[in-house]
Amino acid sequence: MANAEDEARPSGPSPRPRSEPGTLLPTVKAAGAEPRCCGGPPPRDQLPEPPRASWIDGAVKTVVGDVPRVRTALSRRDRLGAVRARWGVGRMRYRVRPGLYAVGAPRADSPVLVSANYKLSFDHLRRALGGRDAWILVLDTRGINVWCAAGKGTFGTDEIVRRVQGASLGNVVSHRTLIVPQLGAPGVSAHEVRRRCGFRVVYGPVRAADLPAFLDDGLKASPQMRRVRFDLRDRVILVPVEVVTGGKFALLVAAGFLLLGGLGPHGYSLGAVRLVGLSAAALALGAFLGGAILGPTLLPWLPGRALSLKGAVLGLILAAAVAAIGWLGPGLGLGLGLGPEPGPGPAGSWLHLAAWGLMIPAVTSFVVMNFTGATTYTSLSGVLREMRIAVPAQIVVGALGLALWVTGLFLNKGGAA
Amino acid sequence: MRYIESAVTLEFDAARCNGCGLCVQVCPHAVFAMEDRRAVLVDRGACMECGACARNCDPGAISVRAGVGCAAGVLAGALAGTEPTCGCSGDSSSSCC
Repeated sequence: MANAEDEARPSGPSPRPRSEPGTLLPTVKAAGAEPRCCGGPPPRDQLPEPPRASWIDGAVKTVVGDVPRVRTALSRRDRLGAVRARWGVGRMRYRVRPGLYAVGAPRADSPVLVSANYKLSFDHLRRALGGRDAWILVLDTRGINVWCAAGKGTFGTDEIVRRVQGASLGNVVSHRTLIVPQLGAPGVSAHEVRRRCGFRVVYGPVRAADLPAFLDDGLKASPQMRRVRFDLRDRVILVPVEVVTGGKFALLVAAGFLLLGGLGPHGYSLGAVRLVGLSAAALALGAFLGGAILGPTLLPWLPGRALSLKGAVLGLILAAAVAAIGWLGPGLGLGLGLGPEPGPGPAGSWLHLAAWGLMIPAVTSFVVMNFTGATTYTSLSGVLREMRIAVPAQIVVGALGLALWVTGLFLNKGGAA
Repeated sequence: MRYIESAVTLEFDAARCNGCGLCVQVCPHAVFAMEDRRAVLVDRGACMECGACARNCDPGAISVRAGVGCAAGVLAGALAGTEPTCGCSGDSSSSCC
């Protein structure tokens, strides 16, 4: 996979940078020397320099020079950074400089743990090592977490071998064992690492929180430690970034509905924007939020295996709720703007109810389907299979709904007039 | 939670297994187990095709179309005319990474 690319990459005038053993000088990063994957990472000069970072509290002397020592207690700043990353604020710049770090007072026989340079991953690791002496070897995963970086191969055999050699790890420690997080395994070939740099890879537990037990038990992980879960908490923590990333697009769509809502049989009117456009924008936004918030939250309880199907069912429930409010709303003072006379009134209102009955499930189906990338259990083959049916269906149903809605715009006021 | 099990592409050639047990260790869904010092496929349908087992199988007994099961990545790949690429290093994609 990406490993082969990496192999060929360090060519040209600026070879791939390595952390120089024995120096803490920031390495000069060669612009353009890195694979740019979809959007590309920001410039390297935004990486915090370890000697100045707030989570560094000194240095450990080794035969290859000083190694920065990290704190194992997270500061308020670290926690704030985690919250920001969860909300997608500067998430791709939340990085640690790759290389070797010390925890406590490690010696030549202390364990070496390998991590990604996404600061959230790194923070989980150093917190789990409180009260211990260990080495942390941070790979350059371009600010991506272990599992996803492993899927791309940036957390991989080549990078491990490169960092082991770059840090002169063989001179720092007397043993030849690397503890690699289990979720790094999709990118790492244990037998190749051993062949190429002499270090034996031992796969640690999935969760950093299980590391103390793993280390105390002679590098043994229980079957439970080897399973990924996807509990309510794991899913809900992903909601903010789903909302933020998809939200920009949803706002654009909502704005489109707002503007289109002014159309009517008698031309364009601001009154109609207020009456129809505003509620249509709210419904569009609501459909997105319903999918992005309720989809992940209710995932195990929504029927079906395909996430697009789960999303469609969720959308039908939401659409039924909208219809109920549209029907009963006027009596309760809840106008949905489905027409001047909401509910079973003019033909346009019925069309709009039908339109939302199609558009809301199409939107939620799409939004929940896109959550496949955030789950811990969906396979590429399964995603391809469900998309072959779901994407055309979402397009057809959504377009049909939109056509009904636009038609309804012209019938509504006609019916009322 | 279980996904679309019949789509899974994981294949295991027991004859080539050397019994190292790494597939059992690296699989996050307990697809493999050890029996009589050999690996056995015990829950193929739970496979998420991460590829960890195949990559760590020295004798090459395991094959799987490894990739990230990410619809946004598949769409991005389709629109760009490439293989499915998880767009997780851009701020634009879902939180798959």
